[in-house]
Amino acid sequence: MARTLFAFVAGFVFAIGLLVSGMASPRKVLAFLDVAGAWDPSLAMVMIGAIAVGFFAFALAARRRTSLLGAVMQLPTSRDIDRRLVFGSALFGMGWGLVGFCPGPALVALGAGRVKALVFVAAMLAGMAIFEWIERTRTERRGVSVAKGPVAD
Amino acid sequence: MSIDWIAFTPWRSLVGGILIGLAAALLILFNGRVAGISGIVAGLLRPRDADIAWRVAFVAGLIVAPIAYLLVAGAPAIDVDADYTLLVAAGLLVGIGTRYGAGCTSGHGVCGISRLSPRSITATIVFIAVGMITVFVARHALG
Repeated sequence: MARTLFAFVAGFVFAIGLLVSGMASPRKVLAFLDVAGAWDPSLAMVMIGAIAVGFFAFALAARRRTSLLGAVMQLPTSRDIDRRLVFGSALFGMGWGLVGFCPGPALVALGAGRVKALVFVAAMLAGMAIFEWIERTRTERRGVSVAKGPVAD
Repeated sequence: MSIDWIAFTPWRSLVGGILIGLAAALLILFNGRVAGISGIVAGLLRPRDADIAWRVAFVAGLIVAPIAYLLVAGAPAIDVDADYTLLVAAGLLVGIGTRYGAGCTSGHGVCGISRLSPRSITATIVFIAVGMITVFVARHALG
């Protein structure tokens, strides 16, 4: 119960940060990405502020096995810089650059009652479901080929 | 490059960034979880996972906050200029891309860089660079 409450507070504070910083507005985000136009460097200030705090929090977290509420500390362990990471990040960057929404600000704009954010979030969830489907069919196919015998893959 | 000094909000954005950092700090120190929004949302699509409650609570916090902000500080500026076709295309790209890339601006950009993860630093450079190229093509090459 305490963890659920803290998760709610974290989401709430995160959203207030996005609203105060101006990053809930796609127009302002696009003004950061538009380096050839009238450039608004505000997003860089957001990153500096967030990382300045995050650096100490994650350094502290890395030295603990459990959280302050006794949960297992789940820090990412993957260190591979592979094709999936680069390809996925490039697709994300393209979508982000097209409209100026990334997942957090889209959910905040949805909460603010923007119908356009609702459409974006619905498409984003569909995209995530498509990914799950592709991954599942890939592993199933691999499962079949393993059953038939070793394949040079 | 010319800086738009009228639009630039260094202090507000810095304060907002600090709040985002505090939110990420709360989630990792109390719940042991990384505040990666694409990952938190994607976890809701897999109902076999037992840890649904905190994900729902985090997303609820994100959605409720603008209402509280509206009551205290007035209507926030949220300007969406894209049309519906573009929003659907971009939503699909963001949904698929953040899953393949295992993160977005929050998970890689804020939390990952805070951990000095080479993987997240790479991802952030890629999505910011591609985002800038996309805006350049849309506004200056085609526009």
